[in-house]
Amino acid sequence: MNVLVNFLIGFFILCGALLCLIASFGVIRLPDVYTRNHAASKAATLGVMLILLGTFLYFFTLEGHVNSRLILGIAFLFMTSPISGHLINRAAYNSGVKLWDQSIRDDLREYNKKMLNKSSVD
Amino acid sequence: MLEIVIRISLLCCSLSMLGLIYRVIKGPTVPDRVIALDAIGVNLVAITALISIVLKSHAFLEIILLIGILAFIGTVAFAKYLEKGVIIEHERTR
Repeated sequence: MNVLVNFLIGFFILCGALLCLIASFGVIRLPDVYTRNHAASKAATLGVMLILLGTFLYFFTLEGHVNSRLILGIAFLFMTSPISGHLINRAAYNSGVKLWDQSIRDDLREYNKKMLNKSSVD
Repeated sequence: MLEIVIRISLLCCSLSMLGLIYRVIKGPTVPDRVIALDAIGVNLVAITALISIVLKSHAFLEIILLIGILAFIGTVAFAKYLEKGVIIEHERTR
């Protein structure tokens, strides 16, 4: 039983750390702000949530100590990290950061242009 | 066995923080740097959790929630500054 729980804790923590490392590779290697944000705000969040889950299991099995702050931290990270990614991405688009020069679709610009034309007609 | 795994995970988190610091220094635009700093805050949460396992104490677990909240507030403030030029807007004239 103890060996099984230790294996589970090690698995969670190692997976989380590897996901953090992969997120950092994505942030280094991807070509523009939007793809970098895609890497950072998903992979790093999942990685850290796995590490916190492993930590919770560790303290739960070793000391029988249920730490509600870790659960709260997992929930808070899960709620806020995508929101901050969305906000910074929208700020980047509205402050005029260019997309990657090989990206071929920009639906938001088409939409903004259409709305501008409609409001000028009215 | 678990201790070795935790040491390896600490190494992975440190390496990923180094990569993000590279992006903070080199990043061509300001939102790049903000994204990398946000991810550094999130990695700091992971390192705090791992250190509290290494030290076998649950005294540092409040810090995790604190760092998460501070990173979120900082990123939201910076996003608003980039988009509107002010963080706290003036009240409209009545």
